[in-house]
Amino acid sequence: MHPALSVIAFTTLSGAGYGLAFVLALGHGNPAALSTKLGWFVALLLIAIGLLCSTLHLGNPQRAWRAFSQWRSSWLSREGVMAVLTFFPLTVLAAMSVLGDTFNLALGYAVAIMCGLTVYCTAMIYASLRTVPSWHTGWTPAVYLMFSMTAGTLIYLSFFGPASGTMSNRIWIMLALVFLVVAWGVKFFWHRRSKAVGYGQSTQESATGLGHIGSVRLLERPHMTGNYLTNEMGFRVARKHEAKLWFITLLVGFAVPVLLLLLALLVPMMAGFLSMVGTLSLLVGLFVERWLFFATARHAVGLYYGGDEALVPSD
Amino acid sequence: MTLLPAATNKKLGLVIDLDTCVGCHACVVNCKEWNTSGYGAALSDQDPYGANPTGAWLNRIHTFEITPDKPKGQGEGEVIGVTDEARVVHFPKSCLHCEDAPCVTVCPTGASYKRAEDGIVLVEEDKCIGCGLCAWSCAYGAREMDIAAGVMKKCTLCIDRIYNEELEEIDRQPACVRTCPAGARHFGDLGDPNSDVSLLVKERGGFDLMPEQGNKPVNKYLPPRKRTRLGEGTPATAAIADDTSEAGGLLGWIDRALSGDKRKGAR
Ligand code: SF4
Ligand code: SF4
Repeated sequence: MHPALSVIAFTTLSGAGYGLAFVLALGHGNPAALSTKLGWFVALLLIAIGLLCSTLHLGNPQRAWRAFSQWRSSWLSREGVMAVLTFFPLTVLAAMSVLGDTFNLALGYAVAIMCGLTVYCTAMIYASLRTVPSWHTGWTPAVYLMFSMTAGTLIYLSFFGPASGTMSNRIWIMLALVFLVVAWGVKFFWHRRSKAVGYGQSTQESATGLGHIGSVRLLERPHMTGNYLTNEMGFRVARKHEAKLWFITLLVGFAVPVLLLLLALLVPMMAGFLSMVGTLSLLVGLFVERWLFFATARHAVGLYYGGDEALVPSD
Repeated sequence: MTLLPAATNKKLGLVIDLDTCVGCHACVVNCKEWNTSGYGAALSDQDPYGANPTGAWLNRIHTFEITPDKPKGQGEGEVIGVTDEARVVHFPKSCLHCEDAPCVTVCPTGASYKRAEDGIVLVEEDKCIGCGLCAWSCAYGAREMDIAAGVMKKCTLCIDRIYNEELEEIDRQPACVRTCPAGARHFGDLGDPNSDVSLLVKERGGFDLMPEQGNKPVNKYLPPRKRTRLGEGTPATAAIADDTSEAGGLLGWIDRALSGDKRKGAR
C-alpha cells in the first residue's frame, strides 16, 4: 500500500496524543503543576494535528462532516464520531487543569476509556480490510493500542521526570520500560505473522479462476503505465530495504529508548534529559514503523498486476 | 446508507466469456466514452499526451498466460503434452456488483450504496469525500479515484442506458456489452435462475473471482473451453467436403470423369 505521509502522521501523532491524554486522564500529575498543564496542551495539540493531517489526503475535504453519518457500518465513520465525542470532555479536563488547577476522576476515567476506544477505531479501519491480510487481524488494534499507551507513558515521563520525586520517577521509568517491552513484543508477533501471511488465501489462480488449467502469470497489464490502483495499492518496498528498515525501527524505536531509560535509572541526575531523548527516539521509530505498516502491506488487487514478482522493485 | 440491503429483488450483472474475449479493448473504450459524458463527473485523464499518462477507467483488460503443471517424470525443457491446455486468456474486469460488497460498508459518508431493487452498487458523488477507503476494500480493483474531481468512480452497469426509454430497445444494455464484437459479454438478471445469463452460467460452469474473499460477486466468468486437438473432428468435415453427390450437369460430368467412375457422386 502507498505510505501516504498524511495517514502516517495522522495515526502516529493522534495515537501518541491519545496515549498522553489517557495517562493524564487517569489522574496522574498534579493538575496545578505547570508540567501537567503543558502535558494537556501537548496532548490536545498532537490529537488536533493528527486529525487535521487525516483530512489532507481527501479529494473533497469540505464534505468531511458527512463522514460522521455511517457509524453503523464504517470504522472510519466510527473513528470520526469517537474523535469528536472524546474531544469535548478532553477539552473540559484540560481546561479544568489549565484554568482551575482542578481535576475530576470520574470524568477522567470516562475520557481515558474514550481515548482507548478512539485509537481502537483507528486501528480497525485497517484491521477490517479483508483485502490486506497482514492488517486483517486482532494483532493490528493490539499494536496500535500498545504503541499509543507506550508513547503516552514516555511523553508523560519526559514532562514529569525532572518535576517528580526520585522514587516516583524511578517507578515511571520502570513502567515505561515494561510498556516498551510489551508493545514491541506485540509488534514482533504482528511482524512475524505479516511476513508469513502474504496475500492470504488469494492467489493469481483464485483471482482469475483459471487455476484448474495450470499456473497463472500476468502477460500484459491493461496499459503500459501505472494507474490509480498500482500507485495506491501496488506499492511494495524491495525486500532488502524492508529488512534494513525493520532493523532501524527496532534500533530507534526500541533499543535506544530502552538503553537511555536504563541509563536514567543509573544516573538519576540525567534522568530528565535521557527520558526526553528516549521519547523522541521512540516517536521517530514509530514513524518508520507506521511507514513500513503501509509500505509492506500486500493488497489482493496486486494479484491482477503480477503479484510480488511484478510489484517489488528488484533487489 | 452504507448498510447492505438484506436481499435485492434482482441481481443485475454481467457474465464474461473468457473463451471468446479476444482482448480488443473495444468495451474499455466504449465504457470510457459513455461514462465520461454521462453519469456524474467526467472520467478525467492526467497528462494524457505526456510521457506518463494516467486516468480513471471503469473497465480494464488484463492478459494472463496459463501453463499447465508438467506431467510427472517429464524433464526440464520438454514441453510435450504441456502445451496442450496452455493458453493466453484476455481478462476483462470491472465492478462485480458484489452481494456482500465491502466497498459499501466501509464508506463513512453514505456515498456508496447498493440498490435494493436491482443490486447495482453506486457512488453518490455529491456525498463522496474521496477518502479512497472503498477502493482499498475492493479486492478486484474495480474502483478508481477521479483525480480531477476528487470523487470515487466505478461501473454503474450503465444505469443511464439500461432503463433509458429514450434509447432503442437494443441499446438498453451496458455500453461494454453492446459494443463487444466477439459477443463475450452478457447482461442480465443473475438472481433469476431462468434468465439467459443464469442458464449460460449453469451450462458453461461460470465461476466467481476470489470466492475466498467472501464478497459474493454477482458477475460471473465463463472458463475457456477445452482445447480440441489438431485434426480432431476433421474426418467428419472431410467427408462432407468430399461429398459430390449434389453435383450435376457439366460439373457432374467432370466429377465422374475425374473419379474414373460412372456412378454419380462416387468418392
Ligand atoms: S467489485 Fe469491488 S467495487 Fe464492485 S461491488 Fe465488489 S467490492 Fe464493491
Ligand atoms: S472515497 Fe467516497 S465512496 Fe469511497 S469510501 Fe470514501 S466517501 Fe465513500
